[in-house]
Amino acid sequence: MSDTSTSGLPRILAVVAAAGFRRHSTYRQATIAGAFTNTMFGFMRCYIMLSVVDVTGQAGGYDRAQLATFVWVGQGLLAVVNFWTPPELAERVRSGDVVADLLRPVDLMAMVLATDLGRAGYALITRFVVPVVVGMLAFDLFLPADPLTYAAFAVSVLLAVLISATCLHLVALTAFWLMDVRGVTMVWALLSGAASGLYFPLTLLPDWLATLLWVGTPFPSLMQAPLDVLVGRGSAALMVAGQVAWLAVVVALARVVQRRALNRLVIQGG
Amino acid sequence: MVEPYLRLLVAQVRGQTQYRASFVVELVFSTLMTALDVVTVFVIFSVNDRLGGFGGTEVLMIVGIAAFGFPAADLVVGNVERLRVYVRTGLLDAVLVRPLSALGQLVAMDFSVRRAGRVVQGTALYVVALVVAPVVWSPGAVVLVVLAPLSATVFFGAIFVVGATVAFWWIESGEIANAFTYGGRDFTSYPMTVFSGLFRRVFAYGLGFAFVAYLPALALLGRSDPIGAPDWLRWCSPLVALFAAGVAALFWRTGIRHYRSTGS
Amino acid sequence: MTAVIKTSALRKDFTVWHKTGRLRRQRRVVSAVDGVDLTVTEGELLGYIGPNGAGKSTTLKMMTGILSPSGGQVSVCGLTPVPQRTTLALRIGVVFGQRSQLWWDLPLSESFSLLRHVYRVPAADHAARLRRCRELLDLDAFLATPVRQLSLGQRMRGELTAALLHGPKVLFLDEPTIGLDVLSKQAVRGFLAELDARGDTTVVLTTHDLADIEKLCRRLVVIDHGRVVHDGTVAQLHAAYRSRRRVVVDLDAPWPADLVLPGASVERVEADGLRVTIALEDTTAGELLGRLAGSVALRDLSVREPEIDDVIARLYAGR
Repeated sequence: MSDTSTSGLPRILAVVAAAGFRRHSTYRQATIAGAFTNTMFGFMRCYIMLSVVDVTGQAGGYDRAQLATFVWVGQGLLAVVNFWTPPELAERVRSGDVVADLLRPVDLMAMVLATDLGRAGYALITRFVVPVVVGMLAFDLFLPADPLTYAAFAVSVLLAVLISATCLHLVALTAFWLMDVRGVTMVWALLSGAASGLYFPLTLLPDWLATLLWVGTPFPSLMQAPLDVLVGRGSAALMVAGQVAWLAVVVALARVVQRRALNRLVIQGG
Repeated sequence: MVEPYLRLLVAQVRGQTQYRASFVVELVFSTLMTALDVVTVFVIFSVNDRLGGFGGTEVLMIVGIAAFGFPAADLVVGNVERLRVYVRTGLLDAVLVRPLSALGQLVAMDFSVRRAGRVVQGTALYVVALVVAPVVWSPGAVVLVVLAPLSATVFFGAIFVVGATVAFWWIESGEIANAFTYGGRDFTSYPMTVFSGLFRRVFAYGLGFAFVAYLPALALLGRSDPIGAPDWLRWCSPLVALFAAGVAALFWRTGIRHYRSTGS
Repeated sequence: MTAVIKTSALRKDFTVWHKTGRLRRQRRVVSAVDGVDLTVTEGELLGYIGPNGAGKSTTLKMMTGILSPSGGQVSVCGLTPVPQRTTLALRIGVVFGQRSQLWWDLPLSESFSLLRHVYRVPAADHAARLRRCRELLDLDAFLATPVRQLSLGQRMRGELTAALLHGPKVLFLDEPTIGLDVLSKQAVRGFLAELDARGDTTVVLTTHDLADIEKLCRRLVVIDHGRVVHDGTVAQLHAAYRSRRRVVVDLDAPWPADLVLPGASVERVEADGLRVTIALEDTTAGELLGRLAGSVALRDLSVREPEIDDVIARLYAGR
């Protein structure tokens, strides 16, 4: 009997992830619009970065091709790693619908993460592919020769998706205490955009600031880490290890906060 | 004639300020968000002190015009992007049965004070740019100093309206308008020499974004366009802005006739 | 009597895309309103009904200037709605049952004073109209409450007031009683009846609640598939669709199954044959009773008038 309960959970989560995938596949037009927008920004950022390289031959330790890859793959990852979509859970807490989530036999956080993995999977085969292919056609991109690099990149992206989803879950959990989570969501969007390498490679920042961000915050793990793994700047093993460490930290934190949030719900009746 | 719109606007602001804590947080962070865009330009700049053949204070001039024009347009008509929501939910019906212009109502009803912080910031940046950049003063330059940021505002306003009207034809258009509004803001903050190829031709001249900040900044700096636009073109931003506003009005009129009013 | 609303051959087509394959789509034109001719004279209260998707709301939206017609003419208060939208808006009032005209975060009273400025109503007129609505609709208890905190019934009373404060010539009501509780429905109906009695406002009312129609409207227009299928009084509708009166009899002994009743038919036999419902088709209640008295042991009987729901249901079913 105990066998079914342990083998049952991965099955349930796989179903939940598949549902997340299917749900996003119904937003076909929004996907097209989003891919177009990412591509447009890709052209702009790529030209800007290249104009920086053209003067000195390199910028922040990247050459032309590496930087182009950084920008275009970054535009693709932007939709895979969730930066901006506000957490749905917060709205469900506000409306009281969260009670229905708690009636399910699976842990709330596991559900949230599985759903987001499904969403990320769909984004990977649609919104990731479009800017990357356009970038490859329009610019000379750096393509790593070692197949292991691609494997490490895949792992790093998976970790980035999980870290981001867990952090957003933390943001959503604040809804149990705050009436309106828009403020917290904005803080998250601001920090995750600026400190993750989305707007510019963190290597352009002064060394002390870049190091502080890597060690002190999970943000570089969201974007800078997978991109650096791909273009082979710095040690891939070290960066993936750092991501694993950050995932452990945010998951542990989210567990504690979720337990308190649910206690609060049970005791105060929401 | 303006009074009813002002009343709508005041009512909207009063409604918003009821959620005070959220309001303050949003005001602060939306201001920081814009600051971030400017920071981005300067981080990129820090790699070497020239960008696309322009020096620091020259780029600041370009950034300054864009950093005023975009938030000002965003403050005045940016909320027209909510049209998508009005069309999808059919709320536009309620707007259309009132004796006021539909666009005027949308603008007044969703007016958002928190966007004001960015205009202040943009103004400050523009003033600093005028002081530190090597402006070649002439009577024409004095006129342009006033008209350039206003033209930028009108131009971006037109982009906002055209972007929003897409919703009349394509309700699920999602973030496509962002490519031209926020994308346009980023694009106009850099010298056009940074870009190249078909992309530059389409965005800079096809869609007219070069006229927002780059060309008037060249005129103020007394520089010719290194990529070959004739000198007189640098003074044409106000005309281009008016033309854009006309196009936007046309889009709006056509769009509203296409409104399908979903739901019951 | 002058015509306040006049439509001729009014049409609205929508293009819909039909999915026929994974990527293939087919274009199809659907006429939501397909040639509607309608004249509404001053002071009339017109009930406009039809099943979902029949074209009621679409007609109303063309009359109020929200949608532009694909063909035909429409004029309201002598104006052409879409091109003269803002002028027309001053002369009409509109209530959408499912969409609010009020300001969500503001007290009801502030929505009203805001509307005074939007419609540029002289303060004295505004005050007089508001006073009347406050009395008739019992608004005082929640005038200071933000709209988002109002119950649906309270909100609807607010919407009605909002639509009337500028003294419109024509009032369009799109399902004003939808979702309301019994008391609120009564309040809305009572108010509309009073408005009708004063006779200076023309009202067009769409509804799914046929009780609204029976209580309020002398004239009833039924639309289906974009076409008018009935235009006349409620009585004419019954006549046209041969609505049947029913006689319900209670018996002392079970109903004999082989009894033949010319001009009438047995609809239902209940309570082990002790209660029978008989529909009159081609005979009178008196004739039927004479026949029954000789064949069965009558204990009690009642005559039921035809219900409009039945007529409408048959009308919709027969399409």
